[in-house]
Amino acid sequence: MTGAEKNARPQRLKLNRSRCDYRSAEALRHPRSGATLIGHWRTLVAFSLIVVSAGCTHRSGPASALKATGFGAALVESSGGKQIGATGSVLAQPLVVQVNDEQGNAVTGALVEFSGPAGVSFDPQSGVTDSSGQLSTNVTLGSMAFRYQLAARTSTKAQKPVDLKIEEIALGYQQMVGFQLDNKYCGRCHNPESSAERVSNYDNLEVKPHPFTEGDTLNKMTDADLTAIISHGGPALNKSALMPPYGYTLSKAEIEALIAYIRLISDPPQHASGTVYAQK
Amino acid sequence: MKNTLSTLWQTLFGHPVSAFGVVSLLLLISLAIAPAKNHFSEWRHYQKKYLSLIRGRGEAITLERRFHDHDGIQQIWLPQLGVVDRCTSCHVGLKEASLADVSVQPFRRHPVIPHTLDQYGCVMCHRGQGPATTVEEAHSSTLAWEQPILPSRYVQSSCGQCHRAPLTGTPQLNLGRNLLTRYGCVHCHIIKLPDGSAIQPTDDPPSLEHVADKTSREWIYAWLKDPQAYAVTATMPNFKLSDPDARDISAFLIANSTPIAGDTAPVTTNEKTPDPAEGASLYGESFCASCHAVQNAAGNVVGGDIGPELTRVGNKVKPEWLRAWLSNPRVYDPGTAMPHYRFTDPQLSLLTVFLGNKTDSDLLANVHLDAATPEQIAHGKRLVTEYGCASCHEINGIKKSDNFAPELTRIGSKPLTQIIFLPGMTHALPDYIAAKIRQPRSFGSALKMPQFSLAPAQVDALTTALLSLTDRAHDLPMALTVPSKPPSNYQPAGKAGKLMDDMACFTCHAINGRGGDLAPDLTWEGSSVQRAWLLAFLKNPGTLRPALIRRMPRFNLSDDDAKELTDYIMTVYQTPAFDRDSMPASGYPPVQVEQGRQLFYSKYACQSCHIVDTKVDKGYIGPSLTQVGSRLNAAWIYHWLKDPQAMRPGAIEPNRNMNDEDARALTAFLMTQKGTGKQEAKR
Repeated sequence: MTGAEKNARPQRLKLNRSRCDYRSAEALRHPRSGATLIGHWRTLVAFSLIVVSAGCTHRSGPASALKATGFGAALVESSGGKQIGATGSVLAQPLVVQVNDEQGNAVTGALVEFSGPAGVSFDPQSGVTDSSGQLSTNVTLGSMAFRYQLAARTSTKAQKPVDLKIEEIALGYQQMVGFQLDNKYCGRCHNPESSAERVSNYDNLEVKPHPFTEGDTLNKMTDADLTAIISHGGPALNKSALMPPYGYTLSKAEIEALIAYIRLISDPPQHASGTVYAQK
Repeated sequence: MKNTLSTLWQTLFGHPVSAFGVVSLLLLISLAIAPAKNHFSEWRHYQKKYLSLIRGRGEAITLERRFHDHDGIQQIWLPQLGVVDRCTSCHVGLKEASLADVSVQPFRRHPVIPHTLDQYGCVMCHRGQGPATTVEEAHSSTLAWEQPILPSRYVQSSCGQCHRAPLTGTPQLNLGRNLLTRYGCVHCHIIKLPDGSAIQPTDDPPSLEHVADKTSREWIYAWLKDPQAYAVTATMPNFKLSDPDARDISAFLIANSTPIAGDTAPVTTNEKTPDPAEGASLYGESFCASCHAVQNAAGNVVGGDIGPELTRVGNKVKPEWLRAWLSNPRVYDPGTAMPHYRFTDPQLSLLTVFLGNKTDSDLLANVHLDAATPEQIAHGKRLVTEYGCASCHEINGIKKSDNFAPELTRIGSKPLTQIIFLPGMTHALPDYIAAKIRQPRSFGSALKMPQFSLAPAQVDALTTALLSLTDRAHDLPMALTVPSKPPSNYQPAGKAGKLMDDMACFTCHAINGRGGDLAPDLTWEGSSVQRAWLLAFLKNPGTLRPALIRRMPRFNLSDDDAKELTDYIMTVYQTPAFDRDSMPASGYPPVQVEQGRQLFYSKYACQSCHIVDTKVDKGYIGPSLTQVGSRLNAAWIYHWLKDPQAMRPGAIEPNRNMNDEDARALTAFLMTQKGTGKQEAKR
């Protein structure tokens, strides 16, 4: 059972947490199924849940025994943001943040805590910065395909919190297929970034392709439009012939996967974010 | 007390009427227990919650109708697979596409995958207890049922039960399988696949039979103590040896090494000291970085991972050995992936000095070993046997033992009762496997399994690959499994075959299913290119794709060798799909050529990826076509245009579904692109 499911179903899943004592949870829950207590079962369950969850919280111990020995004024991302990974997986690169003081110098020993929406976990969840002012954590994504908004927090000497927002993207199976197809076919023109392995052709094209993160443009196009342009090439929508048709190369499922991927990574996102997905 | 009881008895049963009433009431209550339990069951509770969830949504009526068609306990029964899944009793919205935004379980829509629920059910992929009707029993119970729900971070392992070949959508599983062979896990652990074959390692640990020719005892000592201190990308694990143990093993390996003729070459000292910049440029020109990585000043490892990292190679190898190795690596290791470059003597001096200077003064600074005693050597030999060094490396006088480590053929279904967990550990198979990989010795300091240097994502990938080795994977009907491509042991014949081995063509190129994927597949190369071009290319490989950093190196082939190889490729690597001579190389009517030019630039916009005219075109994705008329065969161009993937599976050029006339016109146009000859000379 993943963390996301745990938190998304607090009622049931608090009971299922393996670090709680399974039998005591069962014992507390038991009266519920007895016919004699029909009138009070809700109360009893609520009560038992409180007891059990309190026990769980207690057993997992205090969040950290770490003490800050330094205090910074700013929190910046060093590396590891905007990564793409499969749902529920550990991101390939650790997330590294750095604490700086007012002059922009790295601060050692500052306490940083990471937090994220349901299902995301950090290893470690909090820690103090090293001699270069940095703290590194391994991020495990939740089990929903989604752009996860994470936060890192440190506090100043005056106990004022300093926050940093970081985004990581989790791909489900379908989006992951799309991501791989993008790497193989599309990214060579649509991704302006060059890597050592692959030089981008973006700058060489007379008519610039839309990077897949360009939500402002891509969100206005329907799935049918995107399917048409991928299958039949640019001219299908009166756009540049530099975009060739892939309808005879990619299967229908592959084109759907590609669109699902584009919809997920477009920035701003296609759907208004936050309200439904991200609440704890 | 007795009085109270008898009064109570009197009140309840004293009178026949009241006795009858009380007994009836008791009977009624006991009869009501079963229906009440059913009424308050968890799945009913969730179905009610689901109804209240969908009632608040726009498509409520449709959703509700679909729900009421299937309320009550749901079951997917697949006798052939042994699946009885009632998960859909609570997970009601799995098939509802309109619930894509719902994050609350158990009402989420299932993410889109290539299979349907009715085909495979749930537990095939997610494990857990399918027939259970309570949350606890279905998900968490390990008492009556061995496998609780699989955490979603490992869910790709389930794909691997049936799919033996890599899948596009399961990078984690693919990586894990790759690591199993690349990190040499299968040298010690046998993993048999359902078809009976065993997974073969893809790493090539060096033979230690002649190691004293190559390196010093001090380096072996430092390497054994911490392989990653020498090279951060080293796949050799850390055996956590004590100082005396590392001393004794290094003593044994050196004493046990036998010399081999020709694996060292004198390094002349009276030669003019070569310019380091020249060495660096020869290293670059020879594309050493296609296979070998070097850690730069910023700590980033840059280069390929086919050969070992060379950051500190000067600390490791003796200059005499290095020179002989560069001269012909096959003398020391006949099966090496390194090509025989045929460097000239001055080139050998340049590279030997250049690589010899890649040192780290700290690495061996604190290693001081006295001359080895016979006892130390004997002890070293015992340790080498105990730690199973011969499972990976060839060592004189020590046999590779079969079954050195536990077999992992069905590790993904290992019963929890057979596992000893560490205190505080989650009692689940994935956690156990991951902990074993992460820190094997945490389960006991006397254990032999060494410490591997793996990132968290790699540990998860390995765990995923191991979890896919289930009983189910072995017991599935063969019709349901998707086998991987059978391994090919293709070997080209004759003198050309020897040459191809000598130049290690298969390290980068694949032919008939054998070989690497760094460079194009050459299975049909003879149908593709013109003879004169191939001959010139083998002598002096030019650049076809200017944007690539990994390119074909120059092997300094003799005229005879280049001719031999060209003849072989042109004769043997022919496609049966068409006749190479079915279209002429020249003589196309100018009208058709012009039509081809129009099609190239307008209808098909080939210039977005290809360059024909270096002044105008800028496409850097496909190969340059400025001299394509001198390079490729006309019939190949025509058939390639008609269906690129049929000519080379996996080609990224899209299939344009081109009609005959267009394909012929484009072929005519491309065949006129003979290049200026100047560019040829410039390379």
